[in-house]
Amino acid sequence: MTFAPASLPWLAAHEFRLAWRDTLAMMTGGRRVRLFGWLAGGGTVFGIMLLIAWFAVRPWVEAGIVIDKQALVMISGMGLLFWTVTLSQALEAVTRVYYGRSDLDLILSSPASSARLFAVRAGTVFVSTTALGLVLVSPLVMALVLQDGPRWFSAFLVIIALAALSVAVAMAVTRLLFRLTGPRRTRLIAQIVAGIVGAGFVIGIQAAAILSHEGFSRLAFFQSDAIVAAAPASDSLLWLPARAALGEPMPALLMIALSLIAFAATAALIAPSYGRLATAAAGLNHVRGQRRPQKRAFRPASQRQALRRKEFLLLQRDPWLLSQTLMQLLYLVPPALLLWINYGASSGDGTFIVIVPVLVMACGQLAGGLAWLAISGEDAHDLVATAPLTPSTILRAKIEAVLTIIALVMAPLLLMIGLAASPMALVTAACAAAAAAASTTIQLWFRVTAKRSMFRRRQVASRAATLCEAFSSILWAGTGALWAAGLPLAIGPAILALLVLAIARLLAPRQG
Amino acid sequence: MPAALSISGLTKAFDRPVVKGVDLTVGAGEFYALLGPNGAGKTTILRMVAGLLKPDSGSISILGIDALADPVSAKRRMAWVSDEPMVYDRLTPLEYLDFVAGLWQVDPARARQTAHDLIDWLGLSPHANELCGGFSKGMLQKVALAGALVHDPDLIILDEPLTGLDAGSARQVKDVLRSKTAAGVTVIMTTHILEVAERMAERIGVIAEGRLIAEGTLEELRTRIGRETTLEEIFLDLVAQGAAENGLSKQDAA
Repeated sequence: MTFAPASLPWLAAHEFRLAWRDTLAMMTGGRRVRLFGWLAGGGTVFGIMLLIAWFAVRPWVEAGIVIDKQALVMISGMGLLFWTVTLSQALEAVTRVYYGRSDLDLILSSPASSARLFAVRAGTVFVSTTALGLVLVSPLVMALVLQDGPRWFSAFLVIIALAALSVAVAMAVTRLLFRLTGPRRTRLIAQIVAGIVGAGFVIGIQAAAILSHEGFSRLAFFQSDAIVAAAPASDSLLWLPARAALGEPMPALLMIALSLIAFAATAALIAPSYGRLATAAAGLNHVRGQRRPQKRAFRPASQRQALRRKEFLLLQRDPWLLSQTLMQLLYLVPPALLLWINYGASSGDGTFIVIVPVLVMACGQLAGGLAWLAISGEDAHDLVATAPLTPSTILRAKIEAVLTIIALVMAPLLLMIGLAASPMALVTAACAAAAAAASTTIQLWFRVTAKRSMFRRRQVASRAATLCEAFSSILWAGTGALWAAGLPLAIGPAILALLVLAIARLLAPRQG
Repeated sequence: MPAALSISGLTKAFDRPVVKGVDLTVGAGEFYALLGPNGAGKTTILRMVAGLLKPDSGSISILGIDALADPVSAKRRMAWVSDEPMVYDRLTPLEYLDFVAGLWQVDPARARQTAHDLIDWLGLSPHANELCGGFSKGMLQKVALAGALVHDPDLIILDEPLTGLDAGSARQVKDVLRSKTAAGVTVIMTTHILEVAERMAERIGVIAEGRLIAEGTLEELRTRIGRETTLEEIFLDLVAQGAAENGLSKQDAA
């Protein structure tokens, strides 16, 4: 099928073709046979998730699902949590529509309508956000469909509706930021907002749960008597999404219609300004930031010190790092709150079962990100490679830079824990060090030559590294939790974490 | 006095052979231009010399140092400037030069003075404390060149250093390179701008299909093709000869 050049469907077909080839290339790396591996692996993961979801919802289904206020509160609450995640994703993606260059200069310099291009790219964001939502929620929905009947299929409609709403809100927020702060600051603020939205609601609920119940469960929070009593009556319009998800046809139709209208209307309103704003964003590439001369410049330093100093400067000036660190710190708020509540109480050890793994996990993830930036994200690779020092010296200096930053972030938290219970500080320090070392090692084994600006794509560039890093951090977090609980079983996840490291070594490409 | 660069039997293959047994010697203080069509293997040869690629076979000697056996000592004496400037967006030119001086362990006082001199010389003074992220290609190339010079190398290797530069910037870069060769530094440069090679290079090497097919001064190359003509004509003739030996058309070769 052929479309009129530069028409909406023609541009959409162009986007689809690029997205499809991009996805295929990332999954197969040019070797089609890997696609079967992905299908088999994806199928297995889906099967496991379905099994977990099956057993999770079984008691609820067996007790008979009653659509009462408590059920509506819980489904709405969980839906809201899910929506914040999709909104965070949509905010990031919409920002890229304005700031990502690739073929934007080509298209904007052509006679093609920039408004149409925006419509197509907004549609692409909607499709990818929906796909993410469907992937995340489908095991749970399918478990409900299989056990409680096909009415639960309507939950998929709610996912589509929530994705459309997310993208509509993301477009509106981004446009508002352009108006309020200008193109220079919009990207950074949008990234921070995305991080806060993604983490903020989850953390807020956890903080409320901790303060009210001294517990950590979001589900328990939504099922608490106080929340259910304070919620509006069952016939309130607020429960429309929950009723739609529970299979009531009218709310489902109303929900999908309203959200698609909101998406289309927002896109139509914003599209005319797209060309102007994208061009303004492109102009930022030529804006020069002024810096005060470094007082410590041209001072005696070893080669390793020079490399470390460069890494510190670049990390310090990295807006991505700023938003990610903020997110990591936000995730640390609930455990810090727990610590504060229990501070001084002699029976505080139970609290550490929660605090230790969160800190260890955050440490592992932060180390992975920083290690990628320092080891792989080298903008002047040729310069460093042609400098008179051995490759091992370069790597050592970069690893030192990463670990120094991790140590600086962790030190105050460890001090706080140490004041409350010094053995727990030791447990946290040991597991966090292990998680950080493992993440850094994985990034070292999977290192590539890349620009720092490619950071966002690092996870798709090597899924094996991403999975190994995640599993390793989770297992070290598990070790920390069990160790904090005083259980000898802690050795189990620690051995598994080392096994993950061994697998990573086997999967890692040979470095030439 | 050893040659600035001496390579022998250099080969490299990726999915196909790209460098096929190249022998090349460049004397100290010489300005040498390496010419060749796209994909001829020029950049691959220079990247192997700079230590950025490992040859499959052959030897590389830089100022008498075996660059394959002792790469660190060899790197200490040379600088590499690629066609894509290797500069950090979030460092200023001064911070960049401080970093490069640190890598090459230049005495800090001397590095500071040289850095400021280079920045003045290349017309970057008004931008010395601006982040490089907003610089034009020409400015970035000048920062990269300053980085290559801040540690006073004896051998400078440049891959297409004038690509994308305006006339003023190109003139500045050429002036810097001329003054360096006058001071005894060896410069090896690839370029597609034949006029630059014609005016600046003392000797010219022509690479085609991974082989060094001709080498010499401009006069020697003219003698070789048997007529008084421009370097452009000489280059096209030599490449066509090389292509004929490999069964390619003249257009394909050039």
